[in-house]
Parts: sequence; C-alpha cells; structure tokens
Amino acid sequence: MLKYILKRLLALIPVLLAVSVLVFLMVHMMPGDPAIALAGGEATEEELENIRASYGLDKSLPEQYFTYMNKILHGDLGTSYRTQRPVAQELLIRYPNTMKLACSAIVIAVVGGAGIGILSATKRYTIFDNASMLTALVGISIPEFYLGLMLMLIFCVRLDLLPISGGTGPINMILPAITLSFKPLAQIARMTRSSMLEVMGQDYILAARAQGFSRAKVIFGHALRNSMNTIVTISGIQFGALMGGATIAEKVFGWPGLGDLLITAIRGRDFPVVQSTILAIATCYVLINLGIDILYALINPKIRLG
Amino acid sequence: MASLIEIKNLKKYYQVPAGTLHAVDDVSFSIGERETVGLVGESGCGKSTIGRTILRLVPHTSGQVFYQGEDILTYSPRQMIKLRRELQIIFQDPYSCLDPRKTIGQIIAEPLVINRKDLSRRQINELVLDLMERGGVSARLYNSYPHELDGGRRQRVGIIRALSLNPKFIVCDEPVSSLDVSIQAQILNLLQTLQESMGLTYLFISHDLSVVRHVSNRVMVMYLGQVMELCEAKELFKNPLHPYTQALLSAVPIAEYRETPRKRILLKGDVPSPINPKPGCRFADRCNYAQELCHVQSPEMRTVSPGHQVCCHFCE
Repeated sequence: MLKYILKRLLALIPVLLAVSVLVFLMVHMMPGDPAIALAGGEATEEELENIRASYGLDKSLPEQYFTYMNKILHGDLGTSYRTQRPVAQELLIRYPNTMKLACSAIVIAVVGGAGIGILSATKRYTIFDNASMLTALVGISIPEFYLGLMLMLIFCVRLDLLPISGGTGPINMILPAITLSFKPLAQIARMTRSSMLEVMGQDYILAARAQGFSRAKVIFGHALRNSMNTIVTISGIQFGALMGGATIAEKVFGWPGLGDLLITAIRGRDFPVVQSTILAIATCYVLINLGIDILYALINPKIRLG
Repeated sequence: MASLIEIKNLKKYYQVPAGTLHAVDDVSFSIGERETVGLVGESGCGKSTIGRTILRLVPHTSGQVFYQGEDILTYSPRQMIKLRRELQIIFQDPYSCLDPRKTIGQIIAEPLVINRKDLSRRQINELVLDLMERGGVSARLYNSYPHELDGGRRQRVGIIRALSLNPKFIVCDEPVSSLDVSIQAQILNLLQTLQESMGLTYLFISHDLSVVRHVSNRVMVMYLGQVMELCEAKELFKNPLHPYTQALLSAVPIAEYRETPRKRILLKGDVPSPINPKPGCRFADRCNYAQELCHVQSPEMRTVSPGHQVCCHFCE
C-alpha cells in the first residue's frame, strides 16, 4: 500500500511538469500584454519596455519558463504583478475559502444525490422516481450562473433571508454551496440510481431476500455496498472539479476563493498568479484522484493496489 | 408420499407495454417430501418464474402455494421472513449469486447471523466450517473472495449457503447449466448426497433433459407458461405422450452409434410470444397433430394413466 502511494506520488512529477508547460504556454499565448495592463493604456513605449525588463518579460519563452520553474522548485511561486504580494501568500488566503465551499458543496451533493438515487432506485418508475430524475436532468443542464442568480433573486431579494454577497461566514456560504452542489448532486443521483438498479438485478440480492433479510437490510447492506464504487468515483470527479472549477459561482457570489482570484488575474494578465494558481489546482486534482483510488481499494476487494 | 408443497392455479402475469405477458399461466402441481421434481422447458417458458414465485421472491398474480398445508402466499412479510429458513434457492449463475464484497466465510455465515440469533459468533464459525467441509469447499477459502474461486467452487458455496439454515425445500434454478460437464456431475452428486443426508425436497429447474432424467423422481414439462405433461421420470422418457414432449426428447443428443438414425421430430417455427397469448392450446401452432379444436379451446390437464398427466385434447 505504502509503496503504491509512493509510486503514485512519484508519477505526479511528470504530470505536473506537463501541466506547468501547458499552462505557461497558454498564459503567454493569451492576447493582451501584461505591461499594458499594468501601466495603463496611456503609457509610453519606453515605460512599457522598462516594465517588461523588470519582470523579465523581454526574455525568450524557454528562458522565462526555466526561470519560473527554478523559482517554484525553490518554493517561490512568484510575485503578483498587480498586488506585488507573493503568490503563495495569496493562495494561502484563497485556498481555504475555496476548500470550505467545495467541501460543503460536495457533502450536500453526496448526501442528497446518493439519497435521492437510492430512493429512486427502490421506487423505480413511481412519481418520485420520475420527478427526481427529471429534476436531475434539469440540474445537470442548468448553468451555474443562472441558478446562482435565481437563488439570489428568491432568497436575497424577494424573501430577504440571506445576504447577497460579501463575507465568508456560514450564512454567506449557504447560497454558493447550494448553487455549486446542484450539478454534482444531480449527477450523483443519476449514477447512484442506475448503479443501484444494476446491482439489485443481481442474483445475490435475490439470495439475500431468500435468506430472510428485510428489505432495508438488502438495500443498505447488499445493494448500496456494491454500488459504492460508482458513487465514490462520480463524487471524486465532482469534488476535483469543484476544487478548481468554482470560478463562475465564486464570481457571482463574490466569494473570495481561487476561482475569483484566477479570473481577476487573467483579466489583469497577472502571469505568475495565473500559472501558480492553475498549478495548485492541478496538484489538488491529481491528489484527490489518488485519494479516490486508495478509497477504491478499501471498499472493493477485487482491486489490489500495487 | 405426503406432499410438502402444493401449488394450485398459480399465475404470474407481467404488464408490459405490448400487453400482458403470461409468464406462468395456471400451473398446478405438488411436490412430495424428499422428492425431486424436475422442471424442463425452453428458455423463457416460465420455469424460473415458477421457482421464484413459490418462494415469494417475485409477487404472484393469483393462485395458492401450500407449504405443509398453509397458503404461504397470504403470509405477512414478517411471517415470511420466519419461513425463509425452510425454503431456499440455488441459482444458475455462480458469478452473480455471491456478493462480491464479502468473503466466502461471511457469505455462508450471513443467513445464520440473521436467522439464528441464539448462536454465538464462535458457534456460527464452527457451523460454517462444518458446512464448508460437507459441501466440499476447502477451509482455506474461508477468507477468500468470490472472484478468487472458479465456477464450480462458487456454485458449491451457493449450495452451502442455501443449506446453512437447514431448509426443507430448495428451488434449484438451473444449478448446473453454467458449469462444464465434469463439474456438473460433481455438483449433481453433491446435491443428491445432501438430499439423502438432510432429507431435502427439490424443485429442479433445467433445460437439460439428461440432467433432469438423472436427478428427478417426477418430471414436469413446461411450454409458454403452462404445464404440458407431468409424470414419473422413467415413464416420461419411455412413454412421452404430449407432442411437445416427444419433440423435446427426440432432440436429446445421444452418444451412441446407430445403424438407422433416430427419427427426429422437427418443430416448425419459433416459440410464439407469451404476450397476450391466443386462446386454445399454447402449442397448437407448432403441433403436428393440431386440429380445429386445439386452436379454439384450451385443453385441461388430464390424468391418462395413474400418475401421468397431460395437457392435450387428444393424447391417450
């Protein structure tokens, strides 16, 4: 097990290297000049040259890349062009916020999604099943920003129950967490349902009933246990996406997380922030995947890590 | 022979978009204590559905199932759970009948854990090991998972699990169909040995006539949800009366050389759909002897000689 984890961690290195190259190239291919973004539209050519020189932007791309990587390997994630603060410091402030939001959203999504999925599967083709699967379809299709704005309209403006934005307290988190949880919840519900139905068609479920297990015990002790793989997989993928992909919801609700940081940085052509943030998100994503693989082995005896 | 189970006018219909699917249509028979009744028929003729309906694993449409004189189809879920230990089932597919997340030991212990609250953990363990030995599964597989075993061993585990509660009646739902021939013989012998030592009663479902002939006291031939013929196994193979049975038997491959090849009775066409069946005899469309009456009126089950029942207007 330990050997396996170590091996997987080592395999992270090439993945992250590739990500760093990709991100670096993409950032530098973005239209727009960071020097202009920093100095404003009315700067003279000479001023721009100075800015470029001071940030090393006048050097060749490979040279810039190696300087950047060299710094990262020494634990320096760069300095923001805009705020002049170290990116690491910025990330440390923003990361917990995103984490908080992603964690609450995934908890809502897993509990709600698995619950609805199990109920749907056991009450197949009933009104509940049809209604919840239709809602799930809507949930998967509805864009986050629209859902977020609608929730805001209802709960903040019409009912005046919750604050619109600002602050990172639990009350401020309710709406963004619900908004973010909706899509993963819908997906988890659908996958749980289909996986449960598949398992419940197996003979060992019939066997369990023949042995005298009650319906509830068959569903939770046998069917759910065997559907766990699917639920864990889909939840993991959704969690990974949430960790990096909360951009739109964060923007809509003014939640000071990674997504919000990233958007602002991209607008300002703040290369070091963009690069390091994406690298951090990628690392996180890969680590979550590793976590899921380990969880797999724990719940499924057919998988032996090695 | 006193009958342990008596099935009366059992029906199981499924509502499907195209109409009503008659999976089991008005089936009556009884199984004596320590008897093995073989149930043969083509795929989809309702064999498995009968087995599952008797055990109430699928809800019935109408009819009665008497077990030791009581109609168990009227039992409450609670009464049924109590009764489950006496009625068990062995499945066809040894790959899907065992929970892949549980070890062999856990699988066999499970029925004991929920039904025998009087036993301690250790007693259950001893019982499991004892059962494994009787069922021919090595004790070293106690902590193995189903996927680590081959088909034959898995089927043994399925049988042991069914036996762990000391049942009286077992539905063997094609227990050897998915095993290769040498393993089939082992499993059949195991089932017979266990029947003798534990006094079991079997409903043995199969589509393999030679297997049924080998294990059954009586044989029931089904076609499209109805029983066509029911009699002693020897009698059936010696003197089949129903045209469908005759055609089935003529199709059994026999490994011997003959100067003159056996006469094969060939049936025309396919099995008709069990959805909204036409009136008249189910077999009429494919029967070589069918007459006008057969297409109009459904034949009743008739006793033509002691212990020999046929569902045909004309068989004598």
